[in-house]
Amino acid sequence: MTNHWIDIRNADVILVMGSNAAENHPVSFKWVGNAINRGATLLSVDPRFTRTSAKAHLYAPIRSGTDIAFLGGMIKYIIENNRYFEEYVRLYTNASFLVNPGFKMPGELDGLFSGYDPKTRKYDKSTWIFEKDAKGLIKKDPTLQDPYCVFQLLKKHYSRYTPEVVSSITGTPKDKLLKVYETYSSTGKPGKAATIMYAMGWTQHTVGTQNIRTMAIIQLLLGNMGIAGGGVNALRGESNVQGSTDHCLLFHILPGYLRTPRASQATLEEYNDKSTPKAKDPMSANWWGNYPKYSVSLLKSFFGQNATKANDFGYAWLPKLDDGQNASWLMIFDEMYKGTFSGFFAWGQNPTCSGANANKVRMALTKVDWVVDVNIFPNETAEFWHGPGMKPESIKTEVFLLPAAASFEKEGSITNSGRWAQWRYKGGMSPGDAWPDSEIMTELYYRVKALYEKEGGVFPDPILNLTWDYGPKGGDGKINYVDPHMVAKEINGYFLKDKTVGGRLYTKGTLVPSFAFLQADGSTSSGNWLYCQSYTGKGNMMARRSRKDPSGIGLYLEWAWAWPVNRRIIYNRASVDKDGQPWDKEHPVIWWDKAAKKWKGDVPDGGWPPLSAGKSSRYAFIMKPEGHAHIFGPGLADGPFPEHYEPYECPIEKNLMNGQKFNPTIKIFSPETTTPLDVVFSCDPRFPIVATTYRMVEHWQTGVMTRWQPWLLEAQPQLWVEMSKELANLKGIKNGEKVSVQSARGQVEAVAMVTDRFKPFDIAGQTIHQVGLPWCFGWVTPPDGGDSANLLTPTIGDANTMIPESKAFMVNVVRKGV
Amino acid sequence: MKLTRRTFLKLSGATAVGIAASKLGLDFSSVEAYAAKLRKDLKAAKEVTSICPYCAVGCGVIVHSIGGKVINIEGDPDHVINEGTLCSKGASLYQISGANPNRLAQPMYRAPYATEWKTVTWEWALREIARRVRVSRDAGFMSKNAKGQVVNRTNGIAHVGSAALDNEECFMLQKLMRSWGLVYIEHQARI
Repeated sequence: MTNHWIDIRNADVILVMGSNAAENHPVSFKWVGNAINRGATLLSVDPRFTRTSAKAHLYAPIRSGTDIAFLGGMIKYIIENNRYFEEYVRLYTNASFLVNPGFKMPGELDGLFSGYDPKTRKYDKSTWIFEKDAKGLIKKDPTLQDPYCVFQLLKKHYSRYTPEVVSSITGTPKDKLLKVYETYSSTGKPGKAATIMYAMGWTQHTVGTQNIRTMAIIQLLLGNMGIAGGGVNALRGESNVQGSTDHCLLFHILPGYLRTPRASQATLEEYNDKSTPKAKDPMSANWWGNYPKYSVSLLKSFFGQNATKANDFGYAWLPKLDDGQNASWLMIFDEMYKGTFSGFFAWGQNPTCSGANANKVRMALTKVDWVVDVNIFPNETAEFWHGPGMKPESIKTEVFLLPAAASFEKEGSITNSGRWAQWRYKGGMSPGDAWPDSEIMTELYYRVKALYEKEGGVFPDPILNLTWDYGPKGGDGKINYVDPHMVAKEINGYFLKDKTVGGRLYTKGTLVPSFAFLQADGSTSSGNWLYCQSYTGKGNMMARRSRKDPSGIGLYLEWAWAWPVNRRIIYNRASVDKDGQPWDKEHPVIWWDKAAKKWKGDVPDGGWPPLSAGKSSRYAFIMKPEGHAHIFGPGLADGPFPEHYEPYECPIEKNLMNGQKFNPTIKIFSPETTTPLDVVFSCDPRFPIVATTYRMVEHWQTGVMTRWQPWLLEAQPQLWVEMSKELANLKGIKNGEKVSVQSARGQVEAVAMVTDRFKPFDIAGQTIHQVGLPWCFGWVTPPDGGDSANLLTPTIGDANTMIPESKAFMVNVVRKGV
Repeated sequence: MKLTRRTFLKLSGATAVGIAASKLGLDFSSVEAYAAKLRKDLKAAKEVTSICPYCAVGCGVIVHSIGGKVINIEGDPDHVINEGTLCSKGASLYQISGANPNRLAQPMYRAPYATEWKTVTWEWALREIARRVRVSRDAGFMSKNAKGQVVNRTNGIAHVGSAALDNEECFMLQKLMRSWGLVYIEHQARI
């Protein structure tokens, strides 16, 4: 979230699309309700009439996988009806930038941008660039009239997204489309705010990243970024998925969103050089220009005093991916199925139910020699070897199932969706011999290290040089137990030698006060620069519990701690005019105090004076090398502007917007190119029904934690498939009877739930039905509770992130035994 | 008492006996009796604050325990986000405590081609896992790629998880896995 949960109360319009917050983030509705009580309007756009829709002032149905069409139509509406906030757009976005005249768009190239190579399925982006003057500065047209300026290109691109075309793609009645557009765009002026609450309903698509980009463009046009009650707000679904992402348990990034090193970057200098953006414009803060300070401080936290300037701070000890290599989720199970790995850790995760095309995941596990599964309950991943269709006698895989402590049986911090890191205390003992995860990691650290010390092995250097100073040490040099405070301090970072910064001496061993103090010379450590300031000389900032809110807009600056540097609303330098005065006088986020010559309110996105100060100021979007928010976003794989493509598995033969059926840049998995299980049947009469997956309030994710609890299980005991009365009639299905839901990849048995909440869609004159299933069940427990809906979903991912497309695929539903 | 790594391991085993016995003391047959007992117990209970482990709203909860045994978990009225309220999952949090007989309490092992689990000790499990990590890591180790560039990574082991861990644990885990040379590291954020 760019903003945070309580801030929702400041919105005038709230759009919930790609999520069902009332059901899956229920307490968020405390603040949605608060906004409604103040007069705010709630809009719900969803394939199904959800619990969120029930609270909304307006509900608009949409066929799964057509969000770009829906939102693209809103961009057209905003521009053609002059609903945008022109001054904001000109000051803070790249709308005025001039683009290379060689750049061509899908309207001209039948769904493609310029530079597409069908062989590699990639774009040559050499025309996706801005025009520059002799000094290397980007050429701009502040009047926004030049035909090659971003604004005019945007207008031209979305002029094709007429309400008629959009309605025929999405199935949304035209009057509802226009009502949503009109209501949402009413906030495109100073003093008004609209927010978006989205979740996996937007990310789990082959166009997931572009779904969110489309909304970001809308928020920029309306001046809704950086302000109270605005922002682009991802409702994250796991208590610490924000923190685990920040700490980068992901193939492509190191803690703090630093890049994982690539094979062509043999030295730290080459790595830093490749990773550090350069800015020509002196008014661009270009914050990523500090990259080497963060990468060197990270290496110091990995290897301590073993990391020296002479050895590149241990850079050579980090594993390198090949250039262009993708080692993401879908690739892991693809490689596993092909026999690449002999070992596999499933730590606090249940991929045999949560992974798309779960049959492939389950079969892949039969191909490894050993699995280590760490969890608090038995789960379908550890038990896979005796699951449905498995013959234990023919499965070689060894499984170690290790019992872990629950969240309240240990101490540490987690980061919520609003980026607040909050401290948790230990509230009791674990049952039996269950251990905190950190103790399991520590034992593995010592034991693997001892093997390399005694017996040697391939390239032992990173293992032998790694530091593990996470508790008081005994006579054997090992820590006696893990002290999470010591880990939190390492993440924050220390001065490793006496160092003078800004005229002040910081002695060796001092906790670094904030990331502005980190150094590239090895004199500081920080396990994650974004968390630098979370644990300082003032104490554990994440444990703060002050209920004071002098801001009046719910910032609660002394409750816990938010990254970065306790900023509660990011991009907040865009919440003010060029003199630093808030657009919204009623809900000011920051304001420039002329007398004191400083910002007041939230922690500003940098302390430079407002734009009217000229050279001493900096542009608002400090993480972008040009300092301006990207309406034109040339960094993505599939285009600088979002374009509608159908889901990879879809119900209609032709994309009604262009000649490309599906996203032309996704990686294709198929029986011919990857594994026999990567089957997809698009527009196949055997699978004519659109399906999606979702969650319910009583169960969580795959249900590993909730399916073992009698209270919750009593409320929701088994898998169901929700469908319209029209579809049930067509199929002769009665409410409450068991049916089989089948896709090209698998089938599940489910109870038919026939409701008014789904309605058939009219897609260009064709009646299209949609059904939905929760994905929280699994065969281990409860008995007869059904299995994972991910047995149905395809192996296909977003063009940028490779997040699987679990929210739009094709099925059939039949009565049992038919 | 001064803890060493060895005594820590022993201690965490010893607590098992006490918890196992106390599991039998709970009476679910009468909600009233349960509530009455809870009201009484809460007066004597230790209170700590925690954050709900489900979705990422980050609601505050209060955990009540007596003698290390969790007896109740409820919404924290002082928490600025949820102000004491919880959803049905959060309100049921007590049921993932040690009172739930389904909780994993001992390391388990399934041998190749075996049809059953067997209970094992931590000592054995950790020793065997460490050995397998070394064998798989080294067998799948790639010093140079096809282009001859130094990569020093292992293609022998993959890892997934976890958004269910604390920040401190996430940091430690990625550090450990990367020190072993893993590049196939992913978790819930990707799906």
